[in-house]
Amino acid sequence: MDVFSDPRNLDATVSGFLWILKLTGASAVLALVLGVLLAAMRVSPIPVLRLFGAAWVNIFRNTPLTLIIFFCYFGLYSTLGLTLSEDLVRNIYWLGVVGLSTYTAAFVCEAVRSGINTVPPGQAEAARAIGLTFAQTLRIVVLPQAGRAVVAPLGSILIALCKNSTIVGTIGLMESSSVMKDLINSYGNAGILIFAVFAGVFALLLIPTGYFFGWLANRLAVRR
Amino acid sequence: MSNTTSVLYDHPGPRARIRNRILTVVFGVAILALLWWIYRRFDEAGQWDGNLWRPFGETTTWTQFILSGLRATLFAAAAGMALSLAFGVVFSVGRLSDHWWIRIPCGAVVEFFRAVPLLLMIFFIFYAVPFLIKAPVSAFWAVVIGLTLYNGSVLAEAFRAGIRAVPRGQSEAAYALGMRKTLVMRHILVPQAARSMLPVIVSQLVVLLKDTALGYIVAYPELLQRGVNDLSANFGNVVAAAIVVALIYIVINSLLTLLAGWLGRQGQGPRAPKAGEATQPSAPSKAADEGAVATA
Repeated sequence: MDVFSDPRNLDATVSGFLWILKLTGASAVLALVLGVLLAAMRVSPIPVLRLFGAAWVNIFRNTPLTLIIFFCYFGLYSTLGLTLSEDLVRNIYWLGVVGLSTYTAAFVCEAVRSGINTVPPGQAEAARAIGLTFAQTLRIVVLPQAGRAVVAPLGSILIALCKNSTIVGTIGLMESSSVMKDLINSYGNAGILIFAVFAGVFALLLIPTGYFFGWLANRLAVRR
Repeated sequence: MSNTTSVLYDHPGPRARIRNRILTVVFGVAILALLWWIYRRFDEAGQWDGNLWRPFGETTTWTQFILSGLRATLFAAAAGMALSLAFGVVFSVGRLSDHWWIRIPCGAVVEFFRAVPLLLMIFFIFYAVPFLIKAPVSAFWAVVIGLTLYNGSVLAEAFRAGIRAVPRGQSEAAYALGMRKTLVMRHILVPQAARSMLPVIVSQLVVLLKDTALGYIVAYPELLQRGVNDLSANFGNVVAAAIVVALIYIVINSLLTLLAGWLGRQGQGPRAPKAGEATQPSAPSKAADEGAVATA
């Protein structure tokens, strides 16, 4: 039909999905780094850090992402005056990345921590017995094994992150869901086609990603 | 969890104790500095002004905004939970059917709705469906149907993993007694699967409750809409309102999570299969499943 033959609509659709990919990419990197750090804090021998990690996880995992994104814009930016970029759209993008990675880091932390728990205690005991420190034990012995064990859950978290990045549309970024809403409002009769295209792209993107992570997890799994 | 954590490091000797104490002080100071910095930022923006927080001491604020929003949130969540549990059972059983013409469509539906962002579905139901059925769709039903399709599909996968993890002897014994497929499923497999997957199911229900906040985007008067958006439109205290509402969400969800943990401990009968045994044979099944289900 003629919705997507109009180049303006096609461009809006493509740029909507590009925003999704950019949001997912930046937030995934930040959330992974932050999540692993938080997990390290949560198993560290220092009570203050354990408390900090636990507080982060319990606060952000139990708050709706919509509220976090809302707060990033109306709280951090409008009220507290935090500006991350001079460009208006870039600024919204980075605020969205902050919200997404804050939220996702809590899930990454929990996944990594449960991965650490799958490493048999003997591994850590042996590492200690040869005189490795806590940081060395974690870095050389435990985390590499835990990392293989958390491939599957991290894959699910990445997929969830990609879907969640549509919520940044709430604060005015023209990502795919906002583009879809506008297209439906202008071409009401083609609603099913428009939804089918947008949902189809997500399905084509995410279902293979899910199977890929399943395959990778099986391949990398530590055989015990 | 403490069993592995505690073997990561030795019982601290004198030197380690001193080092830990120093690190505690260093990081403690760093965290306090961070909190102080946040406090200052709030102060500079005048966010500790009593006028912004005073509305929360008044009954009308609570009855008009927060509690009415909370009621709508819980209402949508309850409807979504009931419907998505039903959806999950039907489609998990359908996906395990012996007939390919039931199995494949059910699988396709579940895979599709798990891959599509919830917001996209809510927009479709709210903006496009009225054109098709020539009648408006209320924001409530847009949210509830969206939540049902998404969370129902996730629950269907959880149920399926649970059903496949029930030891084979259970269904064999039931067949030997002369039960038919439907009866075996209904009386033997589903009840055991539901019990063993309870923690996963409850944590998905927490996700569902949080996702009702998407109702804000289609102007469903739920907690985020009423308690933050409308409230701050009246009092100009968006930061204060967001903090109060976030605390309400955190309390409710923490209670549900505690319930999940408690149910998990209750459900560990002698036969209860480990979550996800069937789907992730070699990966750390428990972790994989929690991660797979408790996100979104």
